Amino acid sequence: MAERKTTKSPSRSKSASSRSSKPKIDAKQDELLHLYKEMLLIRRFEEKAGQLYGMGLIGGFCHLYIGQEAVVVGMQANLKPDDRVVTAYRCHGHMLATGMDPKGVMAELTGRIDGYSKGKGGSMHMFSREKNFFGGHGIVGAPAPLGAGLAFAHQYAEDNGVCLTYFGEGAANQGQVYEAFNMASLWKLPTVFIIENNRYAMGTSVQRAAAHSEGLYERGAAFDIPGEQVDGMDVLKVRDAGKKAVEHARSGKGPYILEIQTYRYRGHSMSDPAKYRTREEVQDIREKSDPIDKVKAWLLDAGWADEDGLKEIDKEIKAQVNEAAEFAKDSPEPDPSELWTDVLVEA
Amino acid sequence: MPITVTMPALSPTMEEGTLSKWLVKEGDSVSSGDIIAEIETDKATMEVEAVDEGTVGKLLVDEGSESVQVNAPIAVLLEEGEDESALEGYQAGGASDASSDSASDAAADDGQDDAEESAEAQPAKSKTPPEPEGEKDESRALGVPAFRGQPDASDPTPPDGTEWKPVAVRDALRDAMAEEMRRDETVFVMGEEVAEYQGAYKVTRELLQEFGAKRVVDTPITEHGFAGLGVGAAFGGLRPVVEFMTWNFAMQAIDHIINSAAKTLYMSGGQMGCPIVFRGPNSAASRVGAQHSQDYSAWYGMVPGLKVIAPYDSADAKGLLKAAIRDPNPVVFLEHELIYGDEFDVPDWDDWVLPIGKARIRREGSDVTLVAHSRMVKFALEAAERLAEENGIDAEVIDLRTIRPLDTETVVNSVKKTNRVVCCEEGWGRFGVGAEVASVVTAEAFDYLDAPPARVHQADVPLPYAANLEALSLPGTEEIITAAKAVCYLD
Repeated sequence: MAERKTTKSPSRSKSASSRSSKPKIDAKQDELLHLYKEMLLIRRFEEKAGQLYGMGLIGGFCHLYIGQEAVVVGMQANLKPDDRVVTAYRCHGHMLATGMDPKGVMAELTGRIDGYSKGKGGSMHMFSREKNFFGGHGIVGAPAPLGAGLAFAHQYAEDNGVCLTYFGEGAANQGQVYEAFNMASLWKLPTVFIIENNRYAMGTSVQRAAAHSEGLYERGAAFDIPGEQVDGMDVLKVRDAGKKAVEHARSGKGPYILEIQTYRYRGHSMSDPAKYRTREEVQDIREKSDPIDKVKAWLLDAGWADEDGLKEIDKEIKAQVNEAAEFAKDSPEPDPSELWTDVLVEA
Repeated sequence: MPITVTMPALSPTMEEGTLSKWLVKEGDSVSSGDIIAEIETDKATMEVEAVDEGTVGKLLVDEGSESVQVNAPIAVLLEEGEDESALEGYQAGGASDASSDSASDAAADDGQDDAEESAEAQPAKSKTPPEPEGEKDESRALGVPAFRGQPDASDPTPPDGTEWKPVAVRDALRDAMAEEMRRDETVFVMGEEVAEYQGAYKVTRELLQEFGAKRVVDTPITEHGFAGLGVGAAFGGLRPVVEFMTWNFAMQAIDHIINSAAKTLYMSGGQMGCPIVFRGPNSAASRVGAQHSQDYSAWYGMVPGLKVIAPYDSADAKGLLKAAIRDPNPVVFLEHELIYGDEFDVPDWDDWVLPIGKARIRREGSDVTLVAHSRMVKFALEAAERLAEENGIDAEVIDLRTIRPLDTETVVNSVKKTNRVVCCEEGWGRFGVGAEVASVVTAEAFDYLDAPPARVHQADVPLPYAANLEALSLPGTEEIITAAKAVCYLD
C-alpha cells in the first residue's frame, strides 16, 4: 500500500545555508559532480532553447524543464543501459539525461535535418533507439499505457529490463493512466510510473484540478501499487527513492509510483501569460529550493569543489550548449523530398 | 394445449445451431429455469433453459443434430393434466399446427453475456422459415467459384498438389494467427476474451491451448489502455495482434491507433517502427443498434502511416492477415461478423501470404465496374449475376481488399474498359470510400466515363434497431442493381 515519506523542508537545504555544519553527503565526490553537471547541462540547454525561441529559430510549442532537473537526473542514476524511458512533451531534459546528444536535440528544436527526427518531430516528438528513449509524446496521458507496453515487452523478452514512465500531475487525471495502472499491477509489469508534480497543468494548479491533490502518490492504492512522495528539488532524494522503486519493478514485484514534487520556473510553454501564479511564488522557490544551487552548496561545503572549479564547469557546459545551438542553426532544413519519407517502413 | 419448445437464437446473428445434448428425457418434469439442452453455435456452447413448467412429452430433434434452424420446434412440453394423446400431430423434425409461444430461453454457459452484451435470447426473425438441411449455403456457392476462377496475378502460387479446403472466414483468421505465432515468437495476441473464452466470436479459438497465457493475453475491458499498451510493446520489439471485440469499441482507442501507432515513425524520422495489427469485426452486425454497427473503413483509410485491410473471403482473410502480421507497419484489419461463418476454399499451405494493396477482380465483365470491399463484395457478386440474367448487363466486380493503400490502378483500368462505375460500401457515404474511388476514377478516367460514377452506401442516419428500418438503412444487392442500371441508363 501507499506509504508516505516525509519530505517537508529538507534538512539538507537548511544545513546547506549554514556551511559550518559540514553535513554528511550521501554520495561520493565523483557522483555528486556528475549529477551537478547533468542538471546544469539541462538548465543551460533549456535557457538557450528559450533564447532561440525568442529569436524565432524554434517554432510551435516549446516546453522548458527549468526547475525540474533533479527529477530526471536523479532517476536516471538508477538505470541500466537496456532500460527504457518514455515521457510526454516536456522532454528535453529526459533526452539529455539518457545521454542523447545536445546537438541532435537542439537541431530538432530548430527543425533541421540533423535533428533526432530529421526535423519532422519537433520539441515534443523525439526518440532515440540507441539510448532507449521512446519519446516525446504530445498527448497528455499517452505515455502511461505506452510505458506499460514497453515494460510488457521487457517482461515478455525476460530481459530483466525496467521502463521509467513519466507523466505530469495534470496527466494523472486522465482515464488511460488508470487503465495502465490496472494492467501493470495485474500483470506485474516492470515499470515505475513517475508523476512529475510541478504544481500546474498549464495554468490550473493541482489543487484546482485534482481531488486529494496532496496525495497523488496514493493514486495506485486501489490497484495495490505502492507509492511514495518525493522531494523533487533534491537530486539525492530522487535518486534514493528511484533506486527503491526501480529495484521493486526489476525484482518482479510489479509497478511502483513516485510522485516527485517539483516546480517549473518557466511557463507551461513559451506563450504562457503567467497570470495564474505570482512572481513572488516563483522567486521564492528559485531562491530557497533550487535543485542545482543545492548541490552546488554541498560540493562547496564538502570541499569537493571551489567556486573557480564550478565556474569552469559552467563555462564548459555553456560552450557545449553554444556549440549545439550553432550546430542547430547551421544544419540545413530537411530536403523537400523528406516530406514523403518515413510514412511507412518499406517491407 | 402442449407447449412447443423452439430452437432459440442465442446471438444476434445466429440462424442455426447444433443441438449437442439433451439434458432431459421424455417423461421428465421440468420447471422454469431448468437446463434442458446444450446448443452449440458458431460462437460458443450454450445452455438452454426451460421457460415453462411441464412434462417433456416428446423430443423432436435428436442429440447431435446439426444445422437446426432458429425457431424450429425441438421439443414438446405437456401441461398439467395433459397426456400423450395430446401429442398427436407432433413428429420429430417437423412443426405442428399447434400454437407455440416462445418457450425456451438461453443463458451462456458461464452466466456472462455474450459478445456485444447480447446473449439474451431474442425473438427469432419471423421471416425465416426453417430450411431443409444442406440447401442453405448460397454464399459458398457464389464465393468459391468466383474466387477460384479468378486468381490474381499477385497471388503466390501454392506448390503442385496443394489442397484447397473449405474454411470459414473466422477459422482462416485463426489459422493465420496460429501459423504466424508458430513462425515468430514475438507475435502475441491480446484483447478482451481472446484466451479463456476462446474469442467473443471464436476467432481466437484454441490459441490459448497451443500458445499459453503469455502469448494469448486476456485484457480487462480497457480499449484505450490496451491499445496503448500494445503500441508500447511494438515499440519494445514485439509484434502484437490486438483484437477489438468490435471496431466500435476502438473509438476509445483511436488516439493510440492514430497518434501513437500511425504517426510515430514519421515523427521519429524513421526510427520508431510500430509493427502491430489491430483487428476485429467492423461495420453492421444484426439488430445491435447504432453504437455497435459502424463501418470505419473511411475513418482509418484517411490516415497516413496506417495500412487498412478489409477482406471478403477466407483465402484473402488468411493471406492478408498473415501479411499484416509480418508487415513492419501498423495495420488496421477490418473483419465482418456477418461473414465469419461463411466458408470459402483456402490453400492448405503455410506460405499463403498475399500482397497488401492489391485489389482482386472477382468477376470479369464489360459493361459496368462494381467496386466493393468486405461483405459488400458478396452483394456485388449477387448483383452481377442478376444483372446478367435479368438485364443482360455484364458487370465486372472488383474487391478492393485493401483500403489503404488503395489499388487505384486496377479500378481505373477496369473503368477504362467498362466506362461505368458503381462504388459500393456498407458505411456512410459522405466522405466515404466510395467518394474516394469516385474521385480517383473521375480524375484518372474522366474521358472514358459514359456516366457519372454512382455510389451505394448506408443511409445517412445512425443505424436503427427496428428490423424494417435497419434493412432500409443498409445497402445490399437491390441497391447495387438499381445503381448499375442507372449508370447504364436502363430503368
